[in-house]
Amino acid sequence: MDRTTTEWNFSLNVRATLLAVVLLVIGLGLWEGLNYAPAASGGGELSEYEQLIAGADETAKVPPPSEILVRAWQELSNPFYDAGPNDKGIGIQLGYSLYRVLAGYFLAAAIAIPVGFLIGMSPLMYKALNPYIQVLRPISPLAWMPLALFIIQDSEASAIFVIFICSIWPMLLNTAFGVAGVREDWVNVARTHELSPVKTAFKVVLPAAAPTILTGMRISIGIAWLVIVAAEMLVGGTGIGYYVWNEWNNLDLTSVIFSILMIGIVGMLLDLVLSAIARMVTYEE
Amino acid sequence: MSYAFVEVQQAAKRFPGGKGEPDLTVFENVSFQLEKGEFVCIIGHSGCGKSTIMNSLAGLDRFSDGIMVMEGKEIDGPGLERGVVFQNYSLLPWLSALENVRFGVRARWKDWEDARVTEHSLEYLEMVGLKEVVDRKPAQLSGGMRQRVSIARAFATKPKLLLLDEPFGALDALTRGVIQDELIKIWSRDRQTVFMITHDVDEAILLADRIFLMTNGPEARVAEAVEIDLPRPRHRADIVKHPHFYTIRNYLVDFLVTRSAAMNTADLDRKGLQYPRAVNPVDDEAIADGADRAPAEHASDDTLVNFTPKETRHG
Repeated sequence: MDRTTTEWNFSLNVRATLLAVVLLVIGLGLWEGLNYAPAASGGGELSEYEQLIAGADETAKVPPPSEILVRAWQELSNPFYDAGPNDKGIGIQLGYSLYRVLAGYFLAAAIAIPVGFLIGMSPLMYKALNPYIQVLRPISPLAWMPLALFIIQDSEASAIFVIFICSIWPMLLNTAFGVAGVREDWVNVARTHELSPVKTAFKVVLPAAAPTILTGMRISIGIAWLVIVAAEMLVGGTGIGYYVWNEWNNLDLTSVIFSILMIGIVGMLLDLVLSAIARMVTYEE
Repeated sequence: MSYAFVEVQQAAKRFPGGKGEPDLTVFENVSFQLEKGEFVCIIGHSGCGKSTIMNSLAGLDRFSDGIMVMEGKEIDGPGLERGVVFQNYSLLPWLSALENVRFGVRARWKDWEDARVTEHSLEYLEMVGLKEVVDRKPAQLSGGMRQRVSIARAFATKPKLLLLDEPFGALDALTRGVIQDELIKIWSRDRQTVFMITHDVDEAILLADRIFLMTNGPEARVAEAVEIDLPRPRHRADIVKHPHFYTIRNYLVDFLVTRSAAMNTADLDRKGLQYPRAVNPVDDEAIADGADRAPAEHASDDTLVNFTPKETRHG
């Protein structure tokens, strides 16, 4: 603390937080202020049309932050109410979405990681499977939806399938990449200690490739959370995606903005969990 | 026919040449024997195939020709009876020092209880002076400490044959000296057979019972097996004062600087199985000089070449 300038002696974190708060206040202030700004009329006589519509706005306005905060308070103070198919709490809707995302995601992981191991360890498997992966990977997950609905004949399972198909590729490719890139020296350590192939896979290859695999899993959960909203808008019924679309149909923009915010927060939390796990398996060479 | 502890007979390594070109022969007609409990160093310039010989003994590489037999059994593939210390340490970076040693001990004795594995591992870590840092990951250890962990891991599994691939090559001179002492200490306990690659002539004299000298590649040979009959236990500080030290040292340096390149491989290849010529520089010199002159005086007066260990480190 013996710097000469004591005025700005805060740590970087403190300064960053301050700046973020300032930006938030300015942003919300502008949003709020512009909403209540007087309409563009010069303040003169009302035209006949204006008199007819009795001062109502010509165009609907985006609701101001204050309204959204009030709505958020209402919704979050009772997130799990269930008043029929079209009126469920935000917690229930998010719960449905999370369930679908996690079901599809773990299903994908259960297949992608072993297959990725196989591809990473065997150049033959890599060459044989690579063309299929390259063709299937760029397909938009939603393009699978009609086929999934036709074959599975269940909207719930189809949504899970769409999550499965979109989250499998980053995990598969990263696992294969990580396994193929395990240092020869480490494998040699396993060989000179007469480890069986299974033990080598679990004790050497898996921990060595774990950081790369976790990177793939982190990308996948991000994509899965992006896709679930769109998928639920299509299949309907429940879930946060359906909720957004339903509120749009109700012309309840306040709820739409609130749920957009919630989607962002849940997505961030999912990423935080994965990055915490990634930190646990990361090692320094 | 009775075998030595380790027999390597007429080993060769060739790489296929390009179109129409002959194969590239790194070395051929390499035969040697290792006796049980012997410490053997192998010296040669880069590219003569030392590492290939070592990796083949470890079971990680294969000769193009020739056989390796250990205790009457052919070596094909890696095994726990042969321990390896690599130049780049090869520690698993996600495990702590203790866990790295435990990894080896656990692989060696699968039926031991956890406590016993830990106790045995700690004993060897203590022997290399790492008792205080057993919970650190390799990234948190210095190069010298990492190599000590690696040595502890190799010795803790009590292999019958230890293969050391230039274990001190990446270390500074001071650290190297300290770990050489530790290596001698830990080796004196169990007297395992050790086969070690080095580029450092002084290190080889300090450690070895015999030093194999390789001619330059391609088409390298193990030309000579130099006996080091300096008394044990040897110490870094005292060994240079021994009257035979410089005789041996000069002989080795002379080989590396001039003879390794000039040697005609055809002269070395006679029909049938040939082991490297056994050489004892001290005896040879005594014979050449006659009995009236002490070999040590001669060595320090006349044949001392201006040479530092650095110059032999071509790797």
